[in-house]
Amino acid sequence: MDLSAINPILLIAAMIAASTPILLAAIGELVVERAGVLNLGVEGMMITGAVCGFIITVNSGSPTMGFLAAAVGGAVLSLLFAFLTQVALANQVASGLALTLFGLGLSALMGQSYVGIKPPRTETTPLGPLAEIPVIGPIIFGHDLIVYLGLAIVAGTWAVLTFSRAGLILRAVGENHDAAHALGYKVKRIRTLAILFGGACAGLGGAYISLIRVPQWTEGMTAGVGWIALALVVFASWKPWRVLLGAYLFGGITQLQLNLQGAGVAIPVEYLAMSPYIVTIIVLVILSADKSRAPGSLGRTFHASS
Amino acid sequence: MKFGKLLASAVLALGVGGAAYADGHAPTKVGFVYVGPVGDGGWTYEHDQGRLAVEAEFGDKVETVFVENVAEGPDSERVMTQMALDGADLIFTTSFGYMDATNNVAAKFPDVKFEHATGYKRLHPNVSTYSARFYEGRAIQGHIAGNMTESNIIGYIGSFPIPEVIRGINSAYIHAKKVNPDVEFKIIWVYTWFDPAKEADAAKTLIDQGADVVLQHTDSTAPQAAAQEAGGVVTFGQASDMGQYAPFPRVSSIIDDWAPYYIARTRAVMDGTWEQMDTWDGIGPGMVKIGEITDAVPAEVKAEAMAMRDALADGSYHAFTGPLNKQDGSPWLAEGETADDGTLAGMNFYVEGIEGEIPQ
Repeated sequence: MDLSAINPILLIAAMIAASTPILLAAIGELVVERAGVLNLGVEGMMITGAVCGFIITVNSGSPTMGFLAAAVGGAVLSLLFAFLTQVALANQVASGLALTLFGLGLSALMGQSYVGIKPPRTETTPLGPLAEIPVIGPIIFGHDLIVYLGLAIVAGTWAVLTFSRAGLILRAVGENHDAAHALGYKVKRIRTLAILFGGACAGLGGAYISLIRVPQWTEGMTAGVGWIALALVVFASWKPWRVLLGAYLFGGITQLQLNLQGAGVAIPVEYLAMSPYIVTIIVLVILSADKSRAPGSLGRTFHASS
Repeated sequence: MKFGKLLASAVLALGVGGAAYADGHAPTKVGFVYVGPVGDGGWTYEHDQGRLAVEAEFGDKVETVFVENVAEGPDSERVMTQMALDGADLIFTTSFGYMDATNNVAAKFPDVKFEHATGYKRLHPNVSTYSARFYEGRAIQGHIAGNMTESNIIGYIGSFPIPEVIRGINSAYIHAKKVNPDVEFKIIWVYTWFDPAKEADAAKTLIDQGADVVLQHTDSTAPQAAAQEAGGVVTFGQASDMGQYAPFPRVSSIIDDWAPYYIARTRAVMDGTWEQMDTWDGIGPGMVKIGEITDAVPAEVKAEAMAMRDALADGSYHAFTGPLNKQDGSPWLAEGETADDGTLAGMNFYVEGIEGEIPQ
């Protein structure tokens, strides 16, 4: 075993990058669930975002356009879910699962002629002298814009949910849609907007995988990240900063276990491989020992007459 | 009980239907169970090329079906059962983890022929196994890798610690060590056949830790993309040519060519001459092919690699030739002795010089 082979600076930088897709998808789903909707289609929206972002980036040559397209792609797919659950009043669990299956198939179809193509490189954010600072520079200031965008979305979501009137209304709809309706709020409209936001975030997260982390298009390349994001929202007890902590823990320990394996640490590989799941769950369960609970109307179908 | 009856009558109905078809002109139905998507650019892609070759060979005399992304384990049993119920005459199950499921389903459908890739269990007369001697290709990769590494650190992305993967690691290590005594292998197990993000992460980790050659035993092209991104890192195509990453980082590849085998076995089912077999073919019969060695490899290394390929093909050289010791230093093969297929098929040890333990 040779721990000196691990470069802590590269490790931490890799942790932050590896956490970003989960973080984006989870923060989007958090908003959806706080509005009282359970969308199990995260995986489907992510993979659709991944392929949309990839196609547009390859054709336009601009990763920025690609990420925009990914957000739009994820949102458009989530619109289907919004239609099924908010207009047709279909079961949310079944609709969400259908969305995942549909997204996986649709993305495979759209991406058929894009297998094996290399996308234009996404540049790291030019932060100039900041990135030159030893240690802190490469860890904090050496990333691409999407990493910072992810952090900004978490901070923004927290601020809006906690301090703004819009956040209050969104939470009211999620806690008790009948009461919110009686007060005159447009439950369906608010929920549809939340679903669209969730779709856009999931799309961004997917594109981060296909454009930056891998970078290439392969069928089914999100490989279950969407499900981890879903679980993370629950374990984070629907709180934005805990989602951030959970995502960093998960991404971080995933990277750490790969590095430990490479360094030949004598811990059995099976334990290392399962550690990201276990550690993340344990930490978040301990944190959620307070009285936090799921939004009251989560997963329930709303109809104005009932 | 009701379900059992239903199943029994379904089987009966199929049997009757099958018998009625047999004298008619019904196409032979061939099913394929894949562990990843057909667009993975690697393992599953090549199996699907084999399926397409079967279609091209027999035209409308054959009907093929496939299911992709089938998880190893119980889920695969469900998929195979469904295929058999749908009237498949021959089913290829193309991943090691389908081994028990294939045998379980074969017991229930004695008239359906099953072909399991890379496994060793043939519990019923209607189960054959087939595999390719990938380790012959690994020997050539090891030779090139040992010559090309400058940091003397070669990274290896392992999927699952099964004999097939361990054989590849040993074979590559032996031949890298032969040309470069200072070489060191760093092995990361990712516990998946197909997860591009994880494979890319593993490749990046190995590169961060100093590897300038990355060998992969996983199915996607993600490690190639990661190596290209990092620059200056050598890779090899795995299972498929992965030629889109040539001439660099991908400098050569192992290509699995399943088409001749799939065509031969389908024909055997049509002729009624299908028999249980255990096939394990290498470079010689053409089941393993070495993809073009690009000009990024020095000319003399390329010539040596080609010579090794020819020697492996005609049988004058065996990839596991003594003297070789096991990792703990105990002797395995004496001078000039070659490994027997039994030991290779169940290989569960590293050869001397590789550090780390195989996860059990």
